[in-house]
Amino acid sequence: MFYRTSGQFKTSYTADMALFPVRQDAILLAIILAFAWVILPLTASEFAFQTLLIPILIYSLAAMGLNILTGYAGQLSLGTAAFMGVGAYACYKLVTIMPWMNPVVAILLSGVFSAGVGVAFGIPSLRIKGFYLAIATLAAQFFLVWLFEKWAWLYNYNASGAIQVPTLQMFGVTVAGPTASSHVQYYVVLGIVSLMTILCINLTRGTLGRTWKATRDMDIAAELIGINLMKSKLTAFAISSYIVGVSGALFVFMWRGAAEPNLFDIPLSFRILFIAIIGGLGSILGNYLGAILIVGLPVILNTLPETFGIPISSATVEHLNIMIVGALIVFFLIIEPHGLARLWALIREKLVIWPFPH
Amino acid sequence: MDFLNSLLVQPFADMFAAPDFLMQVLWEGLVSGILYALIALGFVLIFRSSRIFNFAQGIMVVFAALTLVGFHEMGVPAWISVILSLGVMFVLAVSIERVVLRPLVGQPDIILFMATIGITLFLIGFGELIFGGENKIMITEELGIPTGEFIFEPFGGFLLLEQKDVTAVVVAAVLVIALLAFLNKTRMGRAIRALGDDHQAALSVGISLQTIWVLVWFIAGIIALVTGIAWGARAGVSFALEVIAYKALPVLMLGGLESITGAIIGGLMIGLFEKLFEIYWGQPLLGGNTETWFAFVLALFVLLFRPQGLFGERIIERV
Repeated sequence: MFYRTSGQFKTSYTADMALFPVRQDAILLAIILAFAWVILPLTASEFAFQTLLIPILIYSLAAMGLNILTGYAGQLSLGTAAFMGVGAYACYKLVTIMPWMNPVVAILLSGVFSAGVGVAFGIPSLRIKGFYLAIATLAAQFFLVWLFEKWAWLYNYNASGAIQVPTLQMFGVTVAGPTASSHVQYYVVLGIVSLMTILCINLTRGTLGRTWKATRDMDIAAELIGINLMKSKLTAFAISSYIVGVSGALFVFMWRGAAEPNLFDIPLSFRILFIAIIGGLGSILGNYLGAILIVGLPVILNTLPETFGIPISSATVEHLNIMIVGALIVFFLIIEPHGLARLWALIREKLVIWPFPH
Repeated sequence: MDFLNSLLVQPFADMFAAPDFLMQVLWEGLVSGILYALIALGFVLIFRSSRIFNFAQGIMVVFAALTLVGFHEMGVPAWISVILSLGVMFVLAVSIERVVLRPLVGQPDIILFMATIGITLFLIGFGELIFGGENKIMITEELGIPTGEFIFEPFGGFLLLEQKDVTAVVVAAVLVIALLAFLNKTRMGRAIRALGDDHQAALSVGISLQTIWVLVWFIAGIIALVTGIAWGARAGVSFALEVIAYKALPVLMLGGLESITGAIIGGLMIGLFEKLFEIYWGQPLLGGNTETWFAFVLALFVLLFRPQGLFGERIIERV
């Protein structure tokens, strides 16, 4: 009824391949964007900014980076958190060495370092495949976290071994540091995430994206039709690590405010992998859906006992949380192994013919 | 020059200067290597029979050990708690097969892998909820494991072997031999291997997938319990033990995902090399704590030359 596609005729190939072949999709997106850019910032509380809005955006970005690598190019990686760490530490060094630098430029530049490290650890993928590669990426995970701890130059030799975000200004407005307002940080994150999303959508629809998909589906066949596997795999590693690095810089500079090496430990990698898989591998929308679920769920679970007045200690709630998240992951994999994005696609198909299915 | 000296000459000079210390280091490496090998063995069994990369194996070790200690704390005699824990592992195997694996049969590998990570999280939350998060002491003495020490004096030096470590090595060896005998000599064992070789063919001669999966997960649970007792006797029982689960992954890479021999030899190699590297190179040159990544980097280099690991099945790709 609301999703009728009848009457929307395509008269050229360009129109058929357009981003929004269905008018309702464009309207829906416009509504979501209006919410994200205008309504939510006006209505959301400080708590909502810090526990929901900003982390959801940052986690979606990280998952999007991973999705390029795992979902589009088919290279399973378990080292995402370490690449986020590279981005965060690179950004920290950039703004402490060059304090005059525009913070947004610094964040965008820090991804370049992470991309470099990503390519270096991506080289084994030319020879190692599948689960062997997944374990190989764990080498990056453990080695880099160890390096963050031992290489004192990275954290400017301070005694705590942690990095503390300095106060940074852009055009006279404080964007990072303890005094920055959540509104400003939210807009910076939203701006960068929107930009990256547009970039990703276009990349995955273009030549590069098709090369990745061919590599994912069967690399030998891809090689036979003339795809340079080395180029395809390494560009996937580079672009994926770039996005993950940027998200890491945002993670520390726009949200956490400080970081210790063990923040980038393996649970964070898994968290992002969950988001990408529950959201749907090989989909851009899925990253957002997955992040909303994985970030939002613990927040809801934490507030539930209070609203119902059940007296449970916070430690118990945390253990229950882990348990429920674990069970939900299994549950979602069973009901829809291709993720929430696929679930949405199914709902959409049903909506097109609703309420008269024949 | 100085650097090259400390990299290439000094460590070996140190080794020869104190052979008793070197032997001590090798022994420590051997013991942890055996424990890595045991965890890897659980992985290999499940991977061979079902192509599931079971990430939860390390957590099963902790969970089994916690259950054992938990039963004993409730006042159950030590050996009866062992039997009860085995019962719990059996229930776990059945419910994992029934609730998680059966609905996911035929899904891509990565989905099953994710499901085992889900199981891992569930077990962590469940275990901490019931047994609490604090470190517990393994009931070593109650189980009749000797806790004394053997002291040798080779080359006029001093070498200390803890009796519980010696017990762990012996028990591990017995377990591996028993497992190999089971896989090679019994009907069930042959069915497991048949399923590993060719799923379709095994199903067509009437081997029940469900029974075998429960059996394999149960055996992995038994291995987990033994590993848990051995490791718990050294370091106490808590979820901090899950880091050793990650150590089993490079062992698998090094040995090959399908090979039982590979798991054992890979485990021993990683245990020995990472201890040697940490003591003679890591601590003097790199500031220590290299054990977190050394095994992975070592395995990565081996894989660059043998992409299927040292003993893995040759990867044959068909288009």
